[in-house]
Amino acid sequence: MPAKQSRINDFVLKIATVNGTGSASANGLLMKALFRMGIPVTGKNLFPSNIQGLPTWYEVRANHLGYMSRSGRVDVMVAMNVQTYQKDLAEVSPGGFLIYDSTWPRANSMQRDDITVLGVPLSKLCNEAFSVARIRILMKNVAYVGALAALLDLDLKIVRTLLEETFAAKPKLVESNLQAIMLGYDYAKENFSCPLPVRAETMGDNSGNILITGNDATGLGCLYAGATVGAWYPITPSTGVMDSFTMYCEKFRIDPETGDHRFCIIQAEDELAAAGMVVGANWVGARGFTPTSGPGISLMSEFIGFAYYAEIPSVFINVQRVGPSTGMPTRTQQGDVMLCAYASHGDTRHPILFPANPYECFEMAVTVFDLAERLQTPVFLLTDLDIGMNDWMVKELSWDDSYRPDRGKVLGPEDLAKMDRFVRYLDVDGDGIAYRTFPGEDPKGAYFVRGSGHNRYGGYTEDSDEFQDVIDRLLVKWETAKSLVPDAVISKADRKTRLGIVAYGSSDGAVIEARDRLAQDGIHADYLRIRAFPFSKEVVEFLRGHDTIFVVEQNRDAQMKSLLMLEANDIADRLVSILHYNGMPIPSECVVRGVIEHQGEEAAA
Amino acid sequence: MTYVRPKIELPGQKLNEIGLALRDYEGSLSTLCAGCGHDSITAALVQALWEMSIAPEQLIKMSGIGCSSKTPAYFVHGAHGFNSVHGRMPSVATGALAGNRDLIGIGVSGDGDSLSIGFGQFGHVIRRNVNMLYLIENNGVYGLTKGQFSASADAGSTSKKGQVNQMQNINAVATAISMGASFVGRSFSGDREQLVPLIKSAIAHPGCAVVDVISPCVTFNDHVGSTKSYSYIRDHKLRATETDYIPARSEIKASYYAGDTHPVRLHDGSSILLRKVDPDYDPTRRNNALGFLERHRSRGEIVTGLLYIDQNVPEMHSQSRTVTTPLKDMKFEQLNPGSEELNKLQQGMK
Ligand SMILES: Cc1ncc(C[n+]2csc(CCOP(=O)(O)OP(=O)(O)O)c2C)c(N)n1
Ligand code: SF4
Ligand SMILES: [Mg+2]
Repeated sequence: MPAKQSRINDFVLKIATVNGTGSASANGLLMKALFRMGIPVTGKNLFPSNIQGLPTWYEVRANHLGYMSRSGRVDVMVAMNVQTYQKDLAEVSPGGFLIYDSTWPRANSMQRDDITVLGVPLSKLCNEAFSVARIRILMKNVAYVGALAALLDLDLKIVRTLLEETFAAKPKLVESNLQAIMLGYDYAKENFSCPLPVRAETMGDNSGNILITGNDATGLGCLYAGATVGAWYPITPSTGVMDSFTMYCEKFRIDPETGDHRFCIIQAEDELAAAGMVVGANWVGARGFTPTSGPGISLMSEFIGFAYYAEIPSVFINVQRVGPSTGMPTRTQQGDVMLCAYASHGDTRHPILFPANPYECFEMAVTVFDLAERLQTPVFLLTDLDIGMNDWMVKELSWDDSYRPDRGKVLGPEDLAKMDRFVRYLDVDGDGIAYRTFPGEDPKGAYFVRGSGHNRYGGYTEDSDEFQDVIDRLLVKWETAKSLVPDAVISKADRKTRLGIVAYGSSDGAVIEARDRLAQDGIHADYLRIRAFPFSKEVVEFLRGHDTIFVVEQNRDAQMKSLLMLEANDIADRLVSILHYNGMPIPSECVVRGVIEHQGEEAAA
Repeated sequence: MTYVRPKIELPGQKLNEIGLALRDYEGSLSTLCAGCGHDSITAALVQALWEMSIAPEQLIKMSGIGCSSKTPAYFVHGAHGFNSVHGRMPSVATGALAGNRDLIGIGVSGDGDSLSIGFGQFGHVIRRNVNMLYLIENNGVYGLTKGQFSASADAGSTSKKGQVNQMQNINAVATAISMGASFVGRSFSGDREQLVPLIKSAIAHPGCAVVDVISPCVTFNDHVGSTKSYSYIRDHKLRATETDYIPARSEIKASYYAGDTHPVRLHDGSSILLRKVDPDYDPTRRNNALGFLERHRSRGEIVTGLLYIDQNVPEMHSQSRTVTTPLKDMKFEQLNPGSEELNKLQQGMK
């Protein structure tokens, strides 16, 4: 037996199952039980592009310090899938535990002496207790939750309450689920010394926090932003955004008396059409958006360039997955940064917002509409599968009831009445943003939208100077954008340092944890988290203020680093990439290793 | 440069019900080739919109890319126009009409724009039955890129340079009918008398009204061997139906019911007066319409008129039960549930 290290409220629990066997609710139960014990917790779905039959994993990290990223270790493995048993066994960290269904014996060769293997005859227990085949399979999942409750010392009262809430409408199910819980629980209590040294302990009630996915939060944000037209073509991992928007619209936007819908959701024939619909809706003055993923952005590119040049607000939500091409649709990456920054032909550039977690997804799903309308241009909300589809613990979302949408520079009939003549593309205020009007309001506001050459008055042109005049003004607008996008977030190290780390989006959690670990080793680094492109002033200042800046990102080609180099060419040689792009969410270990290796090389050189 | 037509006020010119003259429905000067069929269609549109007394600001003029798609600049200068990207007019129109259902949408497209690059969107705007007039200015070629065959060119017809088109053509009206279109018509740019009432009926129809107008390209497709030339169309067109549009306020006279004439009453109270020229033809039955079209196509005849109508197919907004107030005019309070609801909602996320 290996020496057992005590890990209270600091462990990774991984559950290996088969896609489509109904383990999701069992895993949700585990997450919520830990959450209600006040322990910071995250759950990551590692699933195949398949509906049924292929292996799938769910990784729960409980951490009293609130670390949210993958840690790179597995303390307790629940190996429910025979196909992947060997791999799962190998993945357990030394000193860890593996629980398996011992109804069927495992070969002796499949053993490790540096971990503890615990067999629970889950199938046998469930087959004896339940008669219907489908129920037996589902209950097997519930039974492992029971075994874990004993082994990890989960609060059974909480588990019971959760079951009661889940099956409020079907009290019978509460009893059968509880029965399954107790099968696993009692077996573990009788056969093993419970709890394990790896265990949970109540540390509060998480009352200021919630569990939510990024897609759920994004859809909710679109609802709160007052979006009315949603156009989309289904694609993993973005589908959840429209599912969420639809669900909340149905909850909050159907007139109880008339049944009228205060929204129009259109499942388009493809992403080209979805983009066109968003452009059309925003042109007439409705807030329209489309959620998609990389392949969709590729298809939408012609319209994105159109909206840039014709200056039509439009919101594109890209929940990134692994490319190129179809890539790995159910895996995560930050591979579309460049694509979104410069989507479409000709000189184009687009603002991008980078939320780091579901809390920011909600906030930025509102900001993105305000920015699009203020700047009259396409704006991207760039999340990824890790943020979008995984279960995150974040602080409760809040809403300011005094908020009103920023519609930007719009002239209505009263404004037009005071003017001799309306022209569309004139920079009246010197900020590069012209005034627009909505169709349906006033013939005086009529203008002709075109993607072909136009002058500042909105007329067709092929005149070189007139053309260049407009395209140069768009650069003035770009400068304005820099002052409007959300600021970067800077966290200073405890002491003065010449080292900096830059990251964005879902790499945030890994950097937070890595900085703490590095500090324990005496390596201190300031941290800047980019929240938007174009970069606001403090980004370039941060780069210039450090000798070595690690740029952490989840793609192969260091896309954000390239953008930074374009902005601040003078410090290009101070930027060092730390890259992770195998499709799994970046673990903190990757950042720690990247920094230490580089520091070692520096010392050796 | 945009050439603006000099505005000359003529004393005693006729005004429509909202006090506008025909000129008020014109746009900037056309830059198309002299004699281009598209310009005649523009003139028919001007006439129809003026006669219907449509308020210019209620109109949105949508198009894709092509000579045909340039034409929205040439009518109703007081309306908003949108010259989008090649083949994608339907999606922009769909989004615009989703955001403001009170607008009157007119989409102008070409045969290349609708039947090649935009074939998908053409099909889906029909399927969604977006309430708009969808005009195809069909010349059998890509005018703007200098005369390549389009998908509507007939098998066996020849290009200006003498090449023979070997491929079967995509028939816009038959395709539209078989895809479930709720209104389908065909006409000829040179037949203003037929075209104007057809356009008016299409605008009044509550759904996606496809009107395919054969519109000769004098520069690239008006030669012997072309089946889209002025002379070929004149010789081969066959009127299956005649239509007239009767606004809501006018009374329907008893004589309208005579013989093969009958009014189709629309939900807004207006009527389309339909007269079957060919007694065999029944534009309310899909298979009859398709069979008729096919019989005459095989004889080389081009059937024109209102070819199919079913005003009971639900349009996009009735399918999705959208409120009658345009979404763009909804008050923010009606869209945003507020902080209290957010807090309640989050109780379920714990
Ligand atoms: C994406 C894209 N591909 C190609 C073109 C070039 N192009 C412009 S118009 C046109 C064909 C237009 O044909 P049609 O719709 O029949 O209009 P017409 O000029 O005949 O009225 C093409 C291919 C384009 N504008 N965009
Ligand atoms: S090229 Fe043909 S379609 Fe284009 S404007 Fe000239 S005649 Fe008309
Ligand atoms: Mg053509």
